[in-house]
Amino acid sequence: MPAIPSHVPEPSRTDPALIRNFCIIAHIDHGKSTLADRMLQLTGVVEQRQMRAQYLDRMDIERERGITIKSQAVRLPWAPSHDEGNTHILNMIDTPGHVDFTYEVSRSLAACEGTILLVDAAQGIEAQTLANLYLAMENDLTIIPVLNKIDLPAAQPEKFSEELANLVGCDPDDVLKVSAKTGLGVDALLDKVVAEVPAPVGVKDAPARAMIFDSVYDSYRGVVTYVRVIDGQLNKRERIRMMSTGATHELLEIGTNSPEMLSADGLGVGEVGYLITGVKDVRQSKVGDTVTSQHKGAEEALGGYKDPRPMVFSGLYPLDGSDYPLLREALDKLQLNDAALVYEPETSAALGFGFRVGFLGLLHLDVIRERLEREFGLDLIATAPNVIYRVVMEDGTEVEVTNPSEFPEGKINEVYEPVVRATILAPTEFIGAIMELCQTRRGTLLGMDYLSEDRVEIRYTLPLAEIVFDFFDQLKSKTRGYASLDYEPTGEQTSSLVKVDILLHGDKVDAFSAITHRDQAYAYGVRLVAKLKELIPRQAFEVPVQAAIGSRVIARETIRAIRKDVLAKCYGGDISRKRKLLEKQKEGKKRMKMVGSVEVPQEAFIAVLSSDDSAGSGKGKK
Amino acid sequence: MPSALPDGEPVPADGALPASALAGAADRPLGFYLHVPYCATRCGYCDFNTYTATELRGTGGVLASRDNYADTLTDEIRLARKVLGDDPREVRTVFVGGGTPTLLAAGDLVRMLQAIRDEFGLAPDAEITTEANPESVDPAYLATLREGGFNRISFGMQSAEQHVLKILDRTHTPGRPEACVAEARAAGFDHVNLDLIYGTPGESDDDWRASLDAALGAGPDHVSAYALIVEEGTQLARRIRRGEVPMTDDDVHADRYLIAEETLSAAGFDWYEVSNWATSDAGRCLHNELYWRGADWWGAGPGAHSHVGGVRWWNVKHPGAYAGALAAGKSPGAGREILTDEDRRVERILLELRLREGVPLSLLRETGLTASRRALSEGLLQEAPYGEGRAVLTLRGRLLADAVVRDLVD
Repeated sequence: MPAIPSHVPEPSRTDPALIRNFCIIAHIDHGKSTLADRMLQLTGVVEQRQMRAQYLDRMDIERERGITIKSQAVRLPWAPSHDEGNTHILNMIDTPGHVDFTYEVSRSLAACEGTILLVDAAQGIEAQTLANLYLAMENDLTIIPVLNKIDLPAAQPEKFSEELANLVGCDPDDVLKVSAKTGLGVDALLDKVVAEVPAPVGVKDAPARAMIFDSVYDSYRGVVTYVRVIDGQLNKRERIRMMSTGATHELLEIGTNSPEMLSADGLGVGEVGYLITGVKDVRQSKVGDTVTSQHKGAEEALGGYKDPRPMVFSGLYPLDGSDYPLLREALDKLQLNDAALVYEPETSAALGFGFRVGFLGLLHLDVIRERLEREFGLDLIATAPNVIYRVVMEDGTEVEVTNPSEFPEGKINEVYEPVVRATILAPTEFIGAIMELCQTRRGTLLGMDYLSEDRVEIRYTLPLAEIVFDFFDQLKSKTRGYASLDYEPTGEQTSSLVKVDILLHGDKVDAFSAITHRDQAYAYGVRLVAKLKELIPRQAFEVPVQAAIGSRVIARETIRAIRKDVLAKCYGGDISRKRKLLEKQKEGKKRMKMVGSVEVPQEAFIAVLSSDDSAGSGKGKK
Repeated sequence: MPSALPDGEPVPADGALPASALAGAADRPLGFYLHVPYCATRCGYCDFNTYTATELRGTGGVLASRDNYADTLTDEIRLARKVLGDDPREVRTVFVGGGTPTLLAAGDLVRMLQAIRDEFGLAPDAEITTEANPESVDPAYLATLREGGFNRISFGMQSAEQHVLKILDRTHTPGRPEACVAEARAAGFDHVNLDLIYGTPGESDDDWRASLDAALGAGPDHVSAYALIVEEGTQLARRIRRGEVPMTDDDVHADRYLIAEETLSAAGFDWYEVSNWATSDAGRCLHNELYWRGADWWGAGPGAHSHVGGVRWWNVKHPGAYAGALAAGKSPGAGREILTDEDRRVERILLELRLREGVPLSLLRETGLTASRRALSEGLLQEAPYGEGRAVLTLRGRLLADAVVRDLVD
């Protein structure tokens, strides 16, 4: 291990020629966090005894699920073996790995000049990695292909070097082979970053322009904003301006992460660091926005800013109605740290008061729901996830539907649904199964390419609604877990969509309404009606359970009336017990949701709404 | 009585009652329940507080045995006298239940009754009942009871079918209960009841009809018919869980209940409580009506429950612990609850709704009244009595009584 470098350049006084900004693109579990850990150790910024696994992942959920949700940047000093006298500054930007956070990934990439493409030597490249690789190529980043886990017995470095070389357009011998776990080859990798990644180029004397690539709420310090300075310099205690909103803030602190926050005098061209302004809400410091000085600031923002747009919606309701204020408070708190989280109050006849919450995707939904339950102790019912529909009526008016129960009743001209371009990578033996699945999900084949002899990339256009259901789980089970999926929104299409309502004893249950393709409506109706018959206890009267499109019933079951609900004996010694049983039953009755005159146990809602066949796909990713 | 005791506050060592319990007592009838916690064998469906050992050792080495049981129980009757103080009431009803009361000598039962007579006095028309096992009585036994003052007897017949009796672990032979009725009549008993159980695994509709016919043929003036309740922790529950015997479902119970109602009413019996039918008002079990109408009763014996003026308490379950407490001069009470006005209102609704006379609508609050109107429109309550201010169950309502209660108490 090289000695800890001396003469480390300080922030705000670092020659851009010595700076290398890079990120790591990798599939979940391909070892990105472990590689980052090794780099922290090798460069000496974290002492051996303080080292813990996945050092940079802050949230419990991240560490438990082994995924990175929020990115960070760490300043690493490195004196390369080919130029030992010259300590360089390597800024490692840890990008989120999941499709839901593609926009954040793209901003992280925009803050870099190069990327390490990290691939598991036993598994080869996965769809998300490929998607991010294409993003990096579009951003003109220098790509350093690396195979990790070469110490594994199942590693096939030759095969996958070939695959990577084909994708990146290099020689298979140029693919570095490392083991992040043992540290093998990591120093050579750092040398290569210095050698190959271009130094940042910016105008030193221009007005300051820095791009926000991450923004994190910290309960002690307020919002911590991560930036990459493109031009000019930001200095401590100056006033800064957010160019998308024009809002100005005082710069309370500026600094770099090594990996803990370390304040500095400022940040110069090409440098990466953090800003603290005292704002309390990440929406005031949005990813993609440009930061400039208030005084003599820049006129023109850096390109690429987009407001995060939710793609998937779900109704979240507290199991216990009195928890509603708590749920609101919890969402407010999470939103401080998540500019992509949007929600508005909604009332369901069946579920009471809750919120319609918009998410970037299914993992985002899963993570938020889990945090609400874990960090805030809430018990929630989440309705089946759905997408946004645009409904054009015959009179030309337009309705945007984020909740199926709000699907308009009148004369509809056309319904538009969002579509995505899905990329699936899998062994060739599964081509048939994958195509069959995509076909039943109303997919259109765009193309197919062989990555190597036995691995294929299949591209489909699919309605997003078909993916938010159980697509990923199905894909995994049909390919024995080998397929990987990535998707990106590509617009919308008109489709023959209908709303299927579920009626209990003639009353619509809003929480069960769903928008489906006309051809799938019948199957959905039959399945749900059968399930409800099983889950709803018999009532004092016969309860028809129907699925209907408009006024046309497409499926029906009947819950027979209960005929006996009486304890035969009630004598002296039974009375106290009986009264207490009654009190208990009354409590149980309170937990029943009244749908019209039918008592529906909450378990029925939970079972129907969160059953395997409507659960999110994020859980399947390990 | 079910074996699990409720949670409650402790009973004072001397068993003293709060003054409120005795206020206005003179206007309420007083009954005695005497529990005999012994059986020859435990039946597979039974979770009552009963023991098959003849001797049980209690705290302080006190021995509770069948032989001295009448004396132990007499101690509690004397305690009752002390606790009730100068309460002037004579006793209207006595009911000896179990367990198997007839495992004791007939003279023991008579001695227990005598203790009540000595301490409280019996009303001239008092109803004195004992439960009896068909196998453990004979004409001489019955004659002793009758001479000692018993005037009503209740036989556990359960079923006329051998294979049903076998599932229930009942040891008597078919035909014996019917013979008992004749013997009891001969001994001079005014009132005779037969207890029947329906819905036993393996019982068919025809088996049930045969049991009803056999019971009616014997000429009782009272029939109790209970759906089999499979209680947790019983042998039968274990056998059902293991799949050795099938569980009977509620729809079958409903069918059997309708068969019972049809058969019994055709034979001149009227229902007066969900599970009880009698040939006349005089044939009703007055003692049970005390329970159902919130009257006062003292339950003596291990695990027995008592109720006096809104205070309900229950004795320790184990016969040894029970005998030990009494030997030490202490109340055998294990716990008690003092009912609030709302508790008493709820109990009145849940008990009185089971009766032919029903519940006065004046007991209901606004939401309960609304619910009662809905129950009326759904055919669960009878039209005519409703117009006169009473909620009275229809035949279908009787089968759904607990559901109606849940709505009415709101």
